[in-house]
Amino acid sequence: MWRRAVVAILLIGLALGAAVLVMTRPRALPAAQFAGLAGDAARGEAVFHAAGCASCHIAPEAVEQAEMSAAPVLSGGQRFETAFGTFLAPNISPDPEAGIGGWTLPQFASAVMRGVSPEGAHYYPAFPYVAYSHMTREDVADLYAFFATLPASEAESRPHELGFPFNIRATLGVWKALNLDTGWVLEEAETEQIARGRYLVEGLGHCAECHTPRNALGGLDRARWLAGAPAPSGEGRIPAIAPSGLDWAAEDIAYYLETGFTPEFDSAGGHMALVVQNYARLPAEDRAAVAGYLKALPF
Amino acid sequence: MPTHALSRILSPAAAAALIACGSAALAQDFDGHLSARQGQFASLGLSLGVLGGMARGRADYDPALAQLAADYVVAIASIPQSTALQWPEGSDNMALDTTRAEPAIWDNFEDFTNKWAMLGDAAAELQAVAGTGADALGPAVGALGQACRACHQSYRGPEN
Repeated sequence: MWRRAVVAILLIGLALGAAVLVMTRPRALPAAQFAGLAGDAARGEAVFHAAGCASCHIAPEAVEQAEMSAAPVLSGGQRFETAFGTFLAPNISPDPEAGIGGWTLPQFASAVMRGVSPEGAHYYPAFPYVAYSHMTREDVADLYAFFATLPASEAESRPHELGFPFNIRATLGVWKALNLDTGWVLEEAETEQIARGRYLVEGLGHCAECHTPRNALGGLDRARWLAGAPAPSGEGRIPAIAPSGLDWAAEDIAYYLETGFTPEFDSAGGHMALVVQNYARLPAEDRAAVAGYLKALPF
Repeated sequence: MPTHALSRILSPAAAAALIACGSAALAQDFDGHLSARQGQFASLGLSLGVLGGMARGRADYDPALAQLAADYVVAIASIPQSTALQWPEGSDNMALDTTRAEPAIWDNFEDFTNKWAMLGDAAAELQAVAGTGADALGPAVGALGQACRACHQSYRGPEN
């Protein structure tokens, strides 16, 4: 009798597990959403800088260059050490074999905004698709058009170095169910400028990926939004940028994003130096919008 | 100083005691180097504060003061950076809590000093225009910032 009960419980467990996997399976965006959208590569360049694509996807050697190229080779290869293992940025140059040159716009959008590969697998959230899920369809189409103008690289993407159970991609569906589609943190944007800043900070700029602490499952702790966090590598800290942890004036924040200089004329370093390179290439209104959003946070 | 030279002057026991003291004091031995290198960056920040304040319109433009500050930046940027003076091997952020210097500095010391030379180039350009008017200050200070970031990008770690 008890044996039959154990078998029944196991079967129910398996069925539940299977149901969860089915419910959380990767879902691409419907291609119809992108029908008739003609991307504008020139506009896409600004989206590209605001989204910081190059900072992670240029080759490690290119990071050591003083200044990123305006037309960078996105051959990948940078290593990102985290508590879950080491992620290796893939080649996203327009090479049709080694990169993403063969992708359609809906495939590109599904990757960027849903973390779903053209083959229908979940991407790891080291790729900040949670933030990019805020991207407008127009911006993703423009970004797609800009990507096609960049130089191709034949460099082979290398696999991530993850231990069990993090190496099982199917489990990422549950992670997405908990962390994707969570809406804006700043629910009300009182001005156009703050709304633009919210789009840049919470969306394209994916600032929270480093500046917000994570929970045990690696999801962002939205209750401590932009409150500073341990550096992802485990060494040192990423500073707070919400008003309770940063008292700079809005103009100071904008100047920092343009030059890398703090109000004390210390200078940005590490990954933030790459962020400054990107934001220095954006219009002054965008830097002011980021500052306006940060100052508008009520915590 | 090589230890065998010490032994010739001192008794073997005294020499051994000195060497023991030396290794115990190894960590503190970097204090002077750290002061030297952190002091030069703090001085750069002071001068840039004067120039940046004028560039951002927070202080009135004063050509003589701008020139003085720019000359000072050039003076600091002309100090040669070496493992002997400021950057002894092992004085990185893995070994010490009091520095943000990445170990990569010592893997690429030539690149590191090249980037210091880039700071020198940017400082020279700043020096050439600092006294000529407020409008020229902004771009020149910005270019100097680019030289700062270029080095910090690879060689300066996060806050401790």
